[in-house]
Amino acid sequence: MTAVDTLVLAVDPLLSGDLDPGIVGIVLLKVMVAFTLLLVSVMLMIWFERKLVADMHNRIGPAVAGPFGILQTLADGIKLFFKEDLIPDRSDRVVFKLAPYLSLVPAFLVFAIVPIGGDFSSGDGVVTWFGERTYLQVADPPVGVLFFLALSSIAVYGVMLAGWSSGSKYPLLGSVRASAQMISYEAALGLAIATVFLTSGSLSTHDIVASQVTGNWNVLTTGVVPFLVFLVAGTAELNRPPFDLVEAEQELVGGFHTEYSSLRFALFFLAEFMNVITMSAIAVTLFLGGPAGPILTDTLGWVWPVVWFGLKVFAFLFCFVWLRATLPRLRYDQLMDLGWKVLIPVALGWFLLIGAMGVADDRGWPVVLVVLVGMAVMAGGAALLIGAVSKARAERLADAFPEYDDSPTPGGLL
Amino acid sequence: MTDVTTPAVDEATDKSAGESAAHLGSAERVLRRDDSSAVLRLSEAEAAVLAGDPDDPPTGDAGDQRMILNMGPSHPSTHGVLRLMLEMEGETVLRSKPVIGYLHTGMEKTAEDLTYLQGPTNVTRMDYAAPLFSELAFSLAVEQLLGIDVPPRATWIRMLMCELNRVASHLLFQATNGMDLGAVSMMIYGWREREEVLRFFEKVTGLRMNHNYIRPGGVAADLPDGWRDDVRRLLELIPPRLDEYDDLLTGQPIFRERLQGVGVMTPAEALALSATGPILRSTGYAWDLRRDQPYLAYHEVEFDVIVGTHGDSFDRFAIRLNEIRESLRIVEQILDLMPNGDFRTQDKKVTPPPRARIDESMEALIHHFKIFTEGFHVPEGETYAAVESPRGELGCYLVSDGGPKPYRMHIRGPSFVNLQTLPHLMEGGLIADGVAVVSSVDPIMGEVDR
Repeated sequence: MTAVDTLVLAVDPLLSGDLDPGIVGIVLLKVMVAFTLLLVSVMLMIWFERKLVADMHNRIGPAVAGPFGILQTLADGIKLFFKEDLIPDRSDRVVFKLAPYLSLVPAFLVFAIVPIGGDFSSGDGVVTWFGERTYLQVADPPVGVLFFLALSSIAVYGVMLAGWSSGSKYPLLGSVRASAQMISYEAALGLAIATVFLTSGSLSTHDIVASQVTGNWNVLTTGVVPFLVFLVAGTAELNRPPFDLVEAEQELVGGFHTEYSSLRFALFFLAEFMNVITMSAIAVTLFLGGPAGPILTDTLGWVWPVVWFGLKVFAFLFCFVWLRATLPRLRYDQLMDLGWKVLIPVALGWFLLIGAMGVADDRGWPVVLVVLVGMAVMAGGAALLIGAVSKARAERLADAFPEYDDSPTPGGLL
Repeated sequence: MTDVTTPAVDEATDKSAGESAAHLGSAERVLRRDDSSAVLRLSEAEAAVLAGDPDDPPTGDAGDQRMILNMGPSHPSTHGVLRLMLEMEGETVLRSKPVIGYLHTGMEKTAEDLTYLQGPTNVTRMDYAAPLFSELAFSLAVEQLLGIDVPPRATWIRMLMCELNRVASHLLFQATNGMDLGAVSMMIYGWREREEVLRFFEKVTGLRMNHNYIRPGGVAADLPDGWRDDVRRLLELIPPRLDEYDDLLTGQPIFRERLQGVGVMTPAEALALSATGPILRSTGYAWDLRRDQPYLAYHEVEFDVIVGTHGDSFDRFAIRLNEIRESLRIVEQILDLMPNGDFRTQDKKVTPPPRARIDESMEALIHHFKIFTEGFHVPEGETYAAVESPRGELGCYLVSDGGPKPYRMHIRGPSFVNLQTLPHLMEGGLIADGVAVVSSVDPIMGEVDR
C-alpha cells in the first residue's frame, strides 16, 4: 500500500489490493445499503418522534396510514411531492433552489464515515463478505471526524442561504440566527471532539471505535464532560429543541423555511431528521464505542454489532424527542451566552486538562499534581472570565439605565 | 432608545418615484424622529411603503439597520388576529404598535337590536375563553336597571360557574403561554385539564362555550343532579395537575430565564394605562373587584388576592397559576354554602313561565308571548356593572330608553384596555420577548374587537 493509497482510500482491507468487479460491486452495495438504510430510518424516525411526542402529550398521534400509522411519513412525502412548488417573486431563484440540496447532501455524506458494524471486540472490525474482507462503513478516510465537521459546516450554508434567498423577513431573521448559532456551537462541538482525538490518537472513525474495544468508552476516558458538551452543542447544531431558534415557530413562523413548499420543503425536513440520526451515530461512534458489544451467537455473529449500534443510536434518538417534549425554547441571547460563556470555555479547559494529563503520562510527571495544578489554573481562568463578563454586564446596565437604583421596590408607592 | 441620526430609508427614497415618494418622505420622518415613546406612530400608508420595499432593511449606510416587521394578523403566536407592527433593529424591538379590528363583528351595535333576554347570546361571544363573565356583567347591568334581586341560589350558581370558568380560562393561558415559549407539551396539558372543566359546563349549560347560561333574572337552568360529585371530582383532579405544572414550568431554569425580567411594568405605569387583572396585580398593586367592589356573594367566601412583586411576565404567569388554586378554594366553599331555592327570579315580567303553565293559564301564555316577541321593558336609565374577569375589569355600560332593547350597550373589555400596555412591555426586548409579553398579557381578540 502506497502513501497515496493510505491518504485517499484509507485502510479498508477491501481496497488494499487490486480493484476487480467484485470489489466495486461490494462498494456499490455498501453505498446502496447506507443510502436506503438512512432513508428508511428517517421515515421511521419521523414516525417514532410523532408517536412518542404524542404519547408524552396524551395524544394518539399518527394512526391511520398503515399499522400504527407507520406509513404516515410516506403519505406525507407523497403529498408534499405533488404540491405546488412556489418560488417567491422576491427570492434569489438560483440560491433558493440550491439551498435544500446544500442541506441534504451533507446529511447523507456524514453517514458514510460511521462504522455501523464489524466485530471490534475480538477482531479488528472486519467482516468477510463474498470472500472479501471489508469494514462495515462506506468509507474510512484518515481525516475521519474532520470530514464530519466540514460537512456540518457546509450544512449551515443550506439553512443560511435558504433564509437569505427567500426575500422575506422572517426567513431572514431565521438565517441570521442560524449562521450565528451553528457557527458558535460548532466551536464547542469541535473542542469536545478534539478531546476524543487526544485519547484515541486518531481521526479515523474506525480507529476511534477500535480504541474503545475493551469497554473503555471515550465517554469515560475523556471524563464525561466532553460528552455532555458534545450533546448540548450537537443539539444546537441540529436546531433541535430547546435550541430550535432557527425555525422557532412561535416567533419566526417557520424560520428559514417559511417560504418553502412542496418537495423543497420536504428536502429540508428530510435533511433535518437525517442530521438527527447521523449526529446520534457520530455521538455513538465517538463516545460510546460505536458497534462494540458482546457477540452472543456464533452464527451470523456480524449481526450483533449492528444491533448494539442500532440500540445505542436509538437511545439518543429517544433523548432528542424527550427534550423536544419537555423543554421550552431558549432566547437568542441566552443561547449565545450558553455557547460562548459556558460550553466553549468548559470544552477548551477540559481539552487542555486532558492534554496536560497526556503529557504528564509521557514525561512521567505525577498525574495527580498535574491535574491539581491544571484545575487551579483553570479555576483562575474561570474566575477571570466570570469577572470580565459580570463587569461588562454592569457597565452595559449603567449605560442603559444611568438612573437605575437597585434599592428594593418601594411597596407603599401607591 | 438609540439616537437615530443616520437617514433610515435614504436608499429606498432614491429608488422610489412618483406618489410613493411623498409617502416615503413622511415615513422616513417617522423613523428618523428621535422618539422616546414605546409606541410606533406610523400610519398604514407609511407602513405599507416601508414594509413593501424590497430592499428593506436598506443596506446603505452603517447603522441603517431598522425595519418594520408585521407580526400578524395571521401569526402562530399573536393569539387570534392581533397584528403587531414592530420597528426592529436586528432582533431588538424598538417601538411597536398593536393593530386591531380584524375580528370586529359589531357586537355592541348588534346588542341594540336584540332584546334584553337575547343579550347574553350576543355578549357571550366576546371573550370566548371566559364567556360566562360577559354574560354576568350584562345580566347584572340589566338587573340593576330593572331593580330586581335574583334569588340566592342563582347568585351562588353564578359564582360557582364563574370561578370554574376562571379556572378554565387560566388553564388555557397556561397552555398557550407554554406553547409560545416552545414548551409544546404544556399546550396539551393545559387543554386536557380545561377540557374536564368544559365537560362540566356542557353538563350544566348544554354547551362547551357561548353558554347563554347566565341571563337577566338568574340562570337558564338549575344545576343538574349529581353536580356536587362532578365538582368534587374537578377539585380532586386539578390541584395535583397544577403541581405538575409547577414541576414542568415554574422551576424550569429555561422557562424562568425566558420570563423573569421580561416585560416589566411599574404600578404607576399600569395604572396610567388602565391595566387591570393579573397585569396590574403583577406589579404589586392588589386590586381585585371581587374583594374591592364585591358583587354576587364574594364577601361571604374567603380567598386571597394574588399579587406579584416585579411586574414581569413570570409574575403574570405565577399569578394566574395561583389564581386557579384560589378559584378552586372558592368553589370548595360554594359546595358547602350553596343554598336551595329558585334558580331564577319569580318576577313574571322577566322570567318566562314554565311550558306546562302555558296550557293552564291565559296570563302565562300572554307573558310568554310578550317576552319572546317584544321582550320585557326596562325602565329608562343608565348603569354600569363591572365584574372581575380572568383578564381584569369587565364592565357593561347599559343605557335604556324604556323600551325592550338597549338604547346603547358598551363593554369595557379588559383585553382591549390591557392591549395598550403591549408597546411599553415590549420596548427594548427581543422578538422572542415580544412573544412572551403578548402571551402574558393574554388578550382575547373577540373581546378586543367586539
